Amino acid sequence: MQPGVIPSPKTGRELVDEYFIENRTRLLEIAAFLDRLDRTDASLVDRDFRVRAFRDALRLLDARPAAGEAQTRVERIQHLLSDPTTEPLEKLDTKSARGAYDRWQLGVA
Amino acid sequence: MMRYVDLHAHMVSRTTDDYLQMALTGCVAVTEPAFWAGWDRSSADGFEDYFRHLTDFEPKRAAQYGIRHFAWLCLNPKEGEDRQLAREVLSRIPRYLQSPTVLGIGEIGLNRVTRNEIATFRDHVELALEHDQLIHIHTPHLEDKYKGTRTIVDILTEYDRIEPSRVMIDHAEEHTLPIILENGFWTGLTLYPQTKVSPERAIDMFERYGTDRICVASACDWGPSLPDAVPHFALAMRRRGHAAALIDSIIYGNPIAFLGQSPKFDVGAEPRSGEAATTVSPRDHTAATSSAGVAAA
Ligand SMILES: [Zn+2]
Repeated sequence: MQPGVIPSPKTGRELVDEYFIENRTRLLEIAAFLDRLDRTDASLVDRDFRVRAFRDALRLLDARPAAGEAQTRVERIQHLLSDPTTEPLEKLDTKSARGAYDRWQLGVA
Repeated sequence: MMRYVDLHAHMVSRTTDDYLQMALTGCVAVTEPAFWAGWDRSSADGFEDYFRHLTDFEPKRAAQYGIRHFAWLCLNPKEGEDRQLAREVLSRIPRYLQSPTVLGIGEIGLNRVTRNEIATFRDHVELALEHDQLIHIHTPHLEDKYKGTRTIVDILTEYDRIEPSRVMIDHAEEHTLPIILENGFWTGLTLYPQTKVSPERAIDMFERYGTDRICVASACDWGPSLPDAVPHFALAMRRRGHAAALIDSIIYGNPIAFLGQSPKFDVGAEPRSGEAATTVSPRDHTAATSSAGVAAA
């Protein structure tokens, strides 16, 4: 990843000191959400595109961008969740977006 | 004391407590784009009442807290599918453009990226060009943002009469910000607690891309949102170790640089308490009371 235009005033160590605890909490929130889904319906990942997208996004979280890879983790997850098509819809189908693009044609459970 | 301009705030949905909180945290001006009410308006008359609310009542309410209030007018993208209604509403907009607090056309754009939404978007762009107005653009949310932003940028670049520096393409995120900036437009990061950009991610984008042509705003409205999202952002910047001058350039300097392209925009001197409701009236009060029907009582 390219260095920023405005350097971070804090060192890496200082960022960890300041932000580790709150991000640890976020990590546990995600783990608990997945456990909750397992407890209620572990098959959702095969039947609901939002859960599938979530699982695929988790894999991107762990993958360190390769050397020369321009996209950051956030950008790769944003693209995974985005509609990649370019053609407009013929008609309005629903008023609000759902948060992920159903590239697997799974629908919702 | 901190000072800021909130360039995107739907104040018609907010209480006076919110104005108070904004004033206490250093807000000197807000600009309010016309948007969806969360339900569909039933007629062009309904929109016209909304335009009167935005150009007449809301500036007076804001003035009671020493805050300047400006507006952008349009039929928003969430209602852009109805072409007949769009045509009727568009025909009523020009006379409100005379209002001394209207800065331009907005927030226009796309929602689900349909053919009708695109036609309504183009109509608004042409109206703005015809009347030499600034443009404020809403990009779709969530999975539609990337497609919608690309479509909007492609359409705008077709018009050679558009000066990109007079257009703000708002609600950018990590995957759309570069497309907008590379084409010379201004952009905005809207700081929503749940569905949009957090202060931390906004700061990451400033660190990566610099501060040119990027604003932050609360986009507070009738949903879960914070009227003081901009001061929260400023606080988060300080926590990350950034200097006060840099923060000021983002939350005060940048919006003024963009909005100041309209001769009507002015952060002005804050009115003294007690005269607020009357000092709202802009420099040219007679123009305000003429055709637009925006006269204060
Ligand atoms: Zn808005």
